[in-house]
Parts: sequence; structure tokens; C-alpha cells
Amino acid sequence: MSDISDRVKKIVVEHLDVEEDKVTETASFIDDLGADSLDTVELVMAFEEEFGIEIPDDAAETIQTFGDAVKFITEAS
Amino acid sequence: MFDLTGKNALITGASGGIGGEIAKALHAAGATVGLSGTRVEPLEALAAELGERAHVLPCNLSDKDSVVALPKAAAEAMGSVDILVNNAGITRDNLFMRMSDDEWDSVLNVNLTSTMRLCKGVLRPMMKARWGRIINISSIVGATGNPGQGNYAASKAGVIGMSKSLAYEVASRGITVNCVAPGFIATAMTDKLTDDQKEKINTQIPAARMGTPEEIAASVLYLASNEAGYTTGATIHVNGGMAML
Repeated sequence: MSDISDRVKKIVVEHLDVEEDKVTETASFIDDLGADSLDTVELVMAFEEEFGIEIPDDAAETIQTFGDAVKFITEAS
Repeated sequence: MFDLTGKNALITGASGGIGGEIAKALHAAGATVGLSGTRVEPLEALAAELGERAHVLPCNLSDKDSVVALPKAAAEAMGSVDILVNNAGITRDNLFMRMSDDEWDSVLNVNLTSTMRLCKGVLRPMMKARWGRIINISSIVGATGNPGQGNYAASKAGVIGMSKSLAYEVASRGITVNCVAPGFIATAMTDKLTDDQKEKINTQIPAARMGTPEEIAASVLYLASNEAGYTTGATIHVNGGMAML
């Protein structure tokens, strides 16, 4: 779990260029971390690549926060 | 003037008059080119003429699976697709009142839907690379309409609207999406016209002549270049003044 969380956090920090401590469990990519809709698509693409998983579009829509992403990836991998 | 060294370009309809010239122009500027089309022989001939940095990538654009596979095949052959030129197109002319669903569907499918699929297929790596050039070949009739070409004009107008929408979405990622809209261009297709017909057409063109495929290729080359990085969502009309849009 913590390993996945760290890897997800690293992607988010790098991609959105935000401070690590801002990336909390409930931090929303769009509302709290300054992502635009295209950023969220790119984040999902980056997650897919990092973890070797497929995230379908309808699932991608439910991934709104850092916690959502970690939870989804933990279940999927 | 424009240097495309190290860039990989996929060109559809490269077996045709305009597509072939586009491939030659990009190749001459240093790009590696992926030549796509349905007819393999002319593609092979063009590849042989170009020599190095030319790959033949046959694709039937009316077949969905074939279209989806093309960007992957191109990336495998060349390493990436940095420049996509959607040039392929078909016509199935008929008066609107007589036009069948099949004539409508096949033209929309090849000219508009396959263009959308190819754009989609190259976007992901372009977004990552923060660089990409998509050039869609529209037509003067997409803006002016043309009797007997309701389907073709709709598809070419659709390409412009689609390109502008996509241009909005990906501009911040260093990807530009533009159209080139040719007027009457001298190709094998227009060779079939009689001298009388040609003369009639020429009277409607302020430049008083048909354009050449090279003149279309020049616009594509510009839009593919680094120098055109601030030009996006645009349509360059290359029509000798026939329609000043």
C-alpha cells in the first residue's frame, strides 16, 4: 500500500508541479492541486504506465482525489 | 528553410498526387516519412524514389481495425509519430436528392471518422513529448459547398470543426492542429477533365490556373515546422483566390 501510495504521489508531484505535503488523501486533483481536465487524463495515462494496468474511461472519471487514485490502483494491481 | 531533421511524419493518401508531394516535401526537409495508402505499388515506388527514411504502411481507411492499427504500425516502423498529415479522402458524388445512405456513410467514414481515429491514435505520445503537429487536409468545398458533393463538403467542413476543437484541447501541450484547404489542384483526377472544362474552371480562379500539389505541400511543410508553433486551429486556404476566406 505505502509503496503504491509513494509512487502515485511521485507522479502527481512531478506532473502537477505541487509540493509533496499538499498531496493528501482527500486532495482533489482539480480543486486542490490545480489540475485541468487534460492534466487528469495525463495523470491516468501515467498511472497506467507506471503500474502496467488499464484504467477504463468510466473508472477514470471516478478518480478525483489522490486517495481515489491510490485505492483504485491498489485494487487493480 | 524549414528543418524537420529527426521528426517522423505519417502521411495518409501518400499514393495520390497531393499526398505524394506532401511526403516528398517533408522528406526533403529531413523528416522520416511513413507512407500510407490503400494501393501498395505507388507507395513502394514513392519509397524507392525517396530512398532512406521512407516506410510503406498500407492501410484501408474504410476499415476501422486497419485505421486503429496504423498509428501503432507507424510508431513501430519510425520510432514515433511527431507529425500526422491526414490527407486521404474519397468522393462519392451525387445530387443530394439522389444520395444514398451508403454514399453518405462511406465518405463521412473515410474523410472524417478515420481522421478522428488517427488523431486520437497519435495524441498520447505527442502529449508526453510536449510536441506534435497534426495537419488535416480539408477542401475549399468544405467552406463554400459544391453541388453534387453534399457528403464530401460535409466531411471537409467537419474536419475543420473537429480540428479547431482538438486544437483548443491540446494547445497547452505543444501540439498544433491545423487544416489546409486546397482549391482546384492539378492531379490525375483533374487530368481527366476536357480542355473546355478546365478553361471554365480557370475563369473562376483569380490566379487563372489550377494549383499544383507542390503548392499544397508547401503549406503543409510550414505547418509541420517548429516555426509554426504559434499557429493552431487555423485553416490555410490554398486556392488561387477562388474563395477568399
